Amino acid sequence: MKYNILIGGAAGQGMNTITKLLSKALKRHGYYVFVNTVYMSRIRGGHNYFQIRFSDQPLHTHENSIDVLFALNQETLDLHQRRLKENGIIIADEDLKFDPKEFALPIKKISKAIGNKKAENMILLGGLIKLFNLDYDIFTDLVSKSIKKDLSSNKEALKQGYDSLKPKFLFIGKQRDDNMLINGNTAIGLGAIAAGLGVFSAYPMTPAASIMNYLTHQQKKMGIIVEQAEDEIAAIHIALGASSAGVRAMTASSGGGLSLMVEALGLTAITETPLVITDVMRPGPATGLPTKTGQGDLSFLLTASQDELPRMIIAPRDPEDAYYQTIRAFDLADKYQLPVIVLSDQYLADSQKTIPLLNTKVEINQYLSKDQAVELPYERYKITPSGVSPRLIPGLSEYPIIADNHEHDGFGKISEDPVNRTNMHLKRLQKLRSLEADLQEPHYFGDENPDIVLIGFGSTEGALIETIETYSGQKKIGALVFGDVYPLPTQKLIKYKDKILINVELNATGQFSRLIRMETGIHCTESILKFDGLQINAEDILEVLHEKF
Amino acid sequence: MKNFKVFNTENKISWCPGCGDYSILQALKEALFELDLQPNNTMIVSGIGQAAKTPQYVNANSFNSLHGRALPPALGIHMANPDLNIFVTSGDGDTYGEGGNHFIHNIRRNPNIVHLVYNNRIYGLTKGQSSPTTDLGMITSSQLDGHKTPPINPLTLALTLGAGFVARGYAHHRDHLKALIKAAYHYKGYAIIDIMQPCPSFNKKNTPEWYESNTYYLENHDEKDFNLAYNLATHVNEHIPLGILYRVEKNTFLERLDHIHTPLLKRQVQQKDLELLLDEFL
Repeated sequence: MKYNILIGGAAGQGMNTITKLLSKALKRHGYYVFVNTVYMSRIRGGHNYFQIRFSDQPLHTHENSIDVLFALNQETLDLHQRRLKENGIIIADEDLKFDPKEFALPIKKISKAIGNKKAENMILLGGLIKLFNLDYDIFTDLVSKSIKKDLSSNKEALKQGYDSLKPKFLFIGKQRDDNMLINGNTAIGLGAIAAGLGVFSAYPMTPAASIMNYLTHQQKKMGIIVEQAEDEIAAIHIALGASSAGVRAMTASSGGGLSLMVEALGLTAITETPLVITDVMRPGPATGLPTKTGQGDLSFLLTASQDELPRMIIAPRDPEDAYYQTIRAFDLADKYQLPVIVLSDQYLADSQKTIPLLNTKVEINQYLSKDQAVELPYERYKITPSGVSPRLIPGLSEYPIIADNHEHDGFGKISEDPVNRTNMHLKRLQKLRSLEADLQEPHYFGDENPDIVLIGFGSTEGALIETIETYSGQKKIGALVFGDVYPLPTQKLIKYKDKILINVELNATGQFSRLIRMETGIHCTESILKFDGLQINAEDILEVLHEKF
Repeated sequence: MKNFKVFNTENKISWCPGCGDYSILQALKEALFELDLQPNNTMIVSGIGQAAKTPQYVNANSFNSLHGRALPPALGIHMANPDLNIFVTSGDGDTYGEGGNHFIHNIRRNPNIVHLVYNNRIYGLTKGQSSPTTDLGMITSSQLDGHKTPPINPLTLALTLGAGFVARGYAHHRDHLKALIKAAYHYKGYAIIDIMQPCPSFNKKNTPEWYESNTYYLENHDEKDFNLAYNLATHVNEHIPLGILYRVEKNTFLERLDHIHTPLLKRQVQQKDLELLLDEFL
């Protein structure tokens, strides 16, 4: 079984609340849940919607066609009714225009009767519980814990909504629930905390701001500092300063903020300071589409900053990956003393997915040296075969530690000597070579000997997995999904170089296929590109595949 | 070594002969020594400019940041390890121009940092363009008809933003400056010393002679009188007061973060706290 529910309305109508309640309750029923959010850059009004999919099988992405349309206003009906499946159901107030009206609810009447207009969402939710024959107690428990204001009228609304409908779908019984439900941004924040984050500094920017919100809520409990900086330039430099002093630090923003942070990428690289920077992509250029998704920042971040510098870019594929890759980003930033960019996007940021319980036992290694272990006189930027020099922390060493953003010698002393410059530049770039030992090859799904290989990175993994699972054409098909995108791991890719390669990306110019071509000379045969601000899914990809192959 | 020379480095100084920076550097090293600080518990942070070269000439921990970006990493370092004694050394362009936004917001934060602004009212490193403190009408290499934009007044700005320690020094009065640096160090919070200095190469107006005849030492001054301090700070071209214009106690950045009990550098993550974080997702 697999159902797709759309909850839509204007911002401020309480959709967020019922989406939270419903998705969590479904998870507690033992179902796999996938929730994605499409919203406008508004606090009140506009059209926002959530799609909640649930199933007894794992889910990886959202679906276009709808089983249950759950409308809080007429606009939702007008916009989404055409996406309803053949036997799809609409639940909405009886006074709105829709057809068939089998599951119309007297929402306005009930809310008037109980005297709480804001409880309309609860009436709808009550109806839905009955419709799917779900466990009412799970909901009342969640409602009691999460609703602070007017609890009794909200509960009454839930009850009356429940009593107004008849069951339609069979409740299949409670299964074991050992999963968690979490979105990408929260998983990044949680991963950072698990990795020992001490300082998070950022300037609020959609869709990255919820990382800061999450960390702000945890800061007292965890004894960390979350600082709202005056701008993104300050944000990254504060984090950089903290990291240079030996405390793990991170900043996060979206493309516009990353544009301001660029100068500090160079500073991070030349001072050989570890730093984790999260870019939650949204479509640009400039302000672009603030609340929508895309993968258009890849080319920008590959070369951002003047001249050449070592950097790593990791694109998490789902919330579980986002958690573990954030931890790994801290580890690799420390191990190689360079900036690591976690490249996420709005879709991953705001989508909740059921994932196995996360492992919080993290071994933290900052790869620091000790006074007794270093060669004297101590050279903070000593040239080594790996490019990585022994790192001591100011204040924890008897030696003064020098960080200078001019070209410098091994001691950190400014030097314009051409030989030194050549050696230091190569030393820093050498870290990219050394890093190859730690690269993770892409995930592969599908046929062992495919005719077609779909290629993607980051959050499109879910769409690619479901594409492979549901493709019904003549060809044998597989998908390669990269998490590490720079440096680019190439071993698996090379194995498939003679297949029909189709890059699937959320930008207009095929930035990832260009990176592949640059690094390996391999050309993708076809591309599936989407850059309208909405996430691609299996249905979108299959439409192209079934047409062409 | 039982004198300031413990803070000497062998690096060749690249300032022009007669530059006020030499005197500031010497005052800083003597102050560090007299404050009984050590190279490994002192942290000099700078941006870019002539003043920002200071860390290369002081044997101490240092973080030389980008132009305008001295204060943000200094704050980050302070968050990580408040046991480090942080001195920011930056120029008028670095602090009031490129770094203006950080200057404003660090005053609001009030971290325990000493900030020495070497204010020569001109850009030295790039050869003589006007700075945010260049006087109206002054001819510079980028304003051939004379500067048409009035200057910023850093200390009235600092005062109105709520700075708790506001001082003005003069580079060539080294002992006086040294005393200011020591007082700034003892102040709990953000302490700014705007240090006026001649630039023999590019500022032909604000010469040593000009400073000698236009400055005086503040005496019997009420350091808690805001209006008086503000009034004194407006004098930047004649009858310029040298000394601590304003000194009052304020809560510092870390004092306001009452959940930080141990320096972050010494913090240990508790496994059970991490596990509890998962509850809200179940």
